[in-house]
Amino acid sequence: MSVVTLTINDQLVSASSGETILQAARSVGIDIPTLCYVEGLTAHGGCRMCLVEVEGARQLQPACFLNVNEGMTIRTETDQLREYRKMIVELLLAEGNHTCSICVANNNCELQDAAVEMGVDHERLEYTYPQREVDVSHERFGVDHNRCILCTRCVRVCDELEGAHTWDISGRGANLKMITDMNQPWGESPTCTSCGKCFMACPTGAIFQKGSTASELDHNRAKLDFLINARENQLWEL
Amino acid sequence: MTGRNGDRIKLATVWLGGCSGCHMSFLDLDEWLFELAMFADVVFTPLVDIKEYPEHVDAVLVEGAVANEDNLEFIRLVRERSKWLISFGDCAVTGNVTALRNPLGDPLTILERSYIELADVNPRLPDEPDILPPLLDRVEPLHRVVHVDAYIPGCPPPADRIRKSLEAIRDGRLPKLEGQDIQFG
Amino acid sequence: MDLTELENIVTKEAADRKPCEIRCCIAAGCLSANSNDVLSTLRTAVEDSGMADRVNVVGVGCMRLCSQGPLVGVDIDGPLYCRVTTDNASSIVATLNGGQGEAETFEREDPFFAKQTSLILKNCGCIDPERIESYIATGGYRALHQALFELAPSDVIETVTRSGLRGRGGAGYPTGVKWATVAKNSGERRFVVCNADEGDPGAFMNRSVLESDPHRVLEGMAIAGFAIGANQGYIYVRGEYTLAIERLNKAIKQAGRMGLLGTGVFSSPFDFRIDVRIGAGAFVCGEETALMASIMGQRGTPTPRPPYPAEHGLWGMPTLLNNVETFANVPDIIRNGAEWFAEIGTPQSTGTKVFCLTGNVVHNGLVEVPLGTPLRTIVEEIGGGVPNGGQIKAVQTGGPSGGCIPQEHLDSPVDYESLGKIGSIMGSGGMIVMDDQTDMVDVARYFMEFCMDESCGKCIPCRAGTVQMKQLLSRIVDGSANRADLERLEKLCDMVSRTSLCGLGQTAPNPTVSTLRYFRDEYESRLIDSTTAKANSNGATCQ
Repeated sequence: MSVVTLTINDQLVSASSGETILQAARSVGIDIPTLCYVEGLTAHGGCRMCLVEVEGARQLQPACFLNVNEGMTIRTETDQLREYRKMIVELLLAEGNHTCSICVANNNCELQDAAVEMGVDHERLEYTYPQREVDVSHERFGVDHNRCILCTRCVRVCDELEGAHTWDISGRGANLKMITDMNQPWGESPTCTSCGKCFMACPTGAIFQKGSTASELDHNRAKLDFLINARENQLWEL
Repeated sequence: MTGRNGDRIKLATVWLGGCSGCHMSFLDLDEWLFELAMFADVVFTPLVDIKEYPEHVDAVLVEGAVANEDNLEFIRLVRERSKWLISFGDCAVTGNVTALRNPLGDPLTILERSYIELADVNPRLPDEPDILPPLLDRVEPLHRVVHVDAYIPGCPPPADRIRKSLEAIRDGRLPKLEGQDIQFG
Repeated sequence: MDLTELENIVTKEAADRKPCEIRCCIAAGCLSANSNDVLSTLRTAVEDSGMADRVNVVGVGCMRLCSQGPLVGVDIDGPLYCRVTTDNASSIVATLNGGQGEAETFEREDPFFAKQTSLILKNCGCIDPERIESYIATGGYRALHQALFELAPSDVIETVTRSGLRGRGGAGYPTGVKWATVAKNSGERRFVVCNADEGDPGAFMNRSVLESDPHRVLEGMAIAGFAIGANQGYIYVRGEYTLAIERLNKAIKQAGRMGLLGTGVFSSPFDFRIDVRIGAGAFVCGEETALMASIMGQRGTPTPRPPYPAEHGLWGMPTLLNNVETFANVPDIIRNGAEWFAEIGTPQSTGTKVFCLTGNVVHNGLVEVPLGTPLRTIVEEIGGGVPNGGQIKAVQTGGPSGGCIPQEHLDSPVDYESLGKIGSIMGSGGMIVMDDQTDMVDVARYFMEFCMDESCGKCIPCRAGTVQMKQLLSRIVDGSANRADLERLEKLCDMVSRTSLCGLGQTAPNPTVSTLRYFRDEYESRLIDSTTAKANSNGATCQ
């Protein structure tokens, strides 16, 4: 694989030709915010938080999807991008029923963190207060769709890491909903292995573990890195 | 210590549809309350028995969301009589717990659920005209009803956030919290 | 099949032709007005009058004046009857014997027909869409033969490039360049895909072509397949187009049986198979990456581009995606040459374009004009203007991704660049005329609601942004919005168009943006604080 050189925020960066902008930027410590991206899983390109400006390109491009090219000039932090990212967070907060104070993921939530990072001190848009369900039929886990941001991390982790493909998406637009199997209660899913990877991957409190106190509800995202690393480098024996 | 123009600041706090946790947190300012008293007069607050909201208030911290007609009428009066109106805590800023009823439907549905379906004894809808204010169709955060000048998020906002905000007011600036200080929840 | 056999079919068709032909439209518009019964009444009447040996009654495709169906035409230049019923159909047959026709007629000299130029629709309403012989008799499949035996694939691409043909799906990307790119990209296989997922409200161009002249599209696809080195083509048709699907399948079968599609086209080494794929009615599946996902059996949601389909399309292979109308142009370009085509239209926008003229206009229907024709000619002369002498307020072009062109820009030519300059797009060809009673904010709200309902939900700006924008537009319509709401709406329009994943979201704000550009007063006059010059910073306004 050849090496290419590109400029990110006036900084010269070298990267392998198969890498994405996001990987190249993070490898030199430039952070680009993301919500739907999980390293090691297929990129989704849906949250639009990682949009960057590519010189010469007409449209903003998602850093998680776009491959590096020789001589590219990228800007990841402009006033415009910051404003768009702030609006994305506001759109999400207005779209679901996110009540941080009573959420199991309070202080351990990527949406909450994103709101802080983007400077959302109040919601400028109108809350839509959708009617959404809570499914606690599974013996170990529950899903509260009120807190779901539809990032599909659970779908991808279940399909690509666990190989079960219990999770999927149904509906469209504002009626989008994450479902288990053919939209049956999670507890009745014959494919779910109860591995908990969806819970680990969930950025918010939508998928939670039952029967623990709030302080124990640590989303163990580092465990995913461990699993991906083990799989990619074939570290089967510890 | 004095406020702008050498005058003492006329400060108020208001309690709408909330649990009063923000006011409890306000009391957590502890000994700093003495410093507050050096530069501000608290001219209206649920913590003392003042019946009428005074005119020409410099700054008011409003806790709670707008949930009923009484809240609505009162917040409009508060807005009219105050220079700076500050949303104080998550209920005022986002609707928070007070707004949890919104996805369930209109007020009657909610009252029926609470007072009839879930009643252990004597199921009946509360009905005391002129005493119990009617619920609004939807609980709204303050800034959807009146103009809001600044926000102090948090459920409740920790005392140091409140202190930072009050210090800004003391120095004649609108509070502008940043970083972890704006975290909801 | 070889050229002689093809010629034999042409000769036989000519020999079999009876002196008089009564054509009855059996495309979807007229069918819904009961034209099937009219057709059988006509057939019975001809039988009964004993003219069966010299009069042929044939069901044909769209005769364009859709709002006045069922349409019945006697020969190509004879009288055209409209709103024919089973009661007065037999009187049409009687006119051939000197009787009096009872059905109302429409003048063929009317600007509606006189001002049109027919390339794509040339056969529509003339040939029997269910018989391949009928298409072959008009010279059909000659271009394919010519491409296979007289031209190299690169020559075909070169001809298409020189013709200046641009994608008729809306964006107007040069077709030849696209073909060349796909041909250049390496892959084990290549694919040709025809996008017939026409979903814009008020648009039925593709449906009419597929229902009236399906072989033209198949031939165009086969030529494209030869040019780019593909052996497999897909036509992605929306499920609502049952008649188009039926006729396409029939056409594919007929062409296959004659050796014009399938293994060894015209007994040459070139294989080309076409399969119909039926969409389930999601608007977003008209977006190319979503369409390909749907063809591959996945959820029809878009993926970011690059990589483009030309490089990484169906199953990761180079894939050529064009609209129905683009393919429909190809056979004529090959047969008549690039120069012939390039002379029609304007230098930058060559050829013709089919539009669906609908809304507050006298003649609703299908219109084909050279690109560069002034909008006024289309809506006022061809369309006959607003009924009962009303005034045109605006013309909406380009469907939910397009814009509203106000009355003062009616003289602007209809081509890709000119429409872009005045804030609209060509789009697939929907054209909705609005009179002076139209509420433009409500129009914007309608299109926003459409996009909201059709958003696939994959990306946040489109999924949640359209909901917010629709809410704000509803509040403006209701008169409960203030100036801050309008500012918020404009910010959202910018944000959603810049950050959405695919064309649906990127263009969803267009109708709102264009009505704001030309009809801003209709928005502003409804704001609750419209009388005060500026939002009162300390008053009872929301923030």
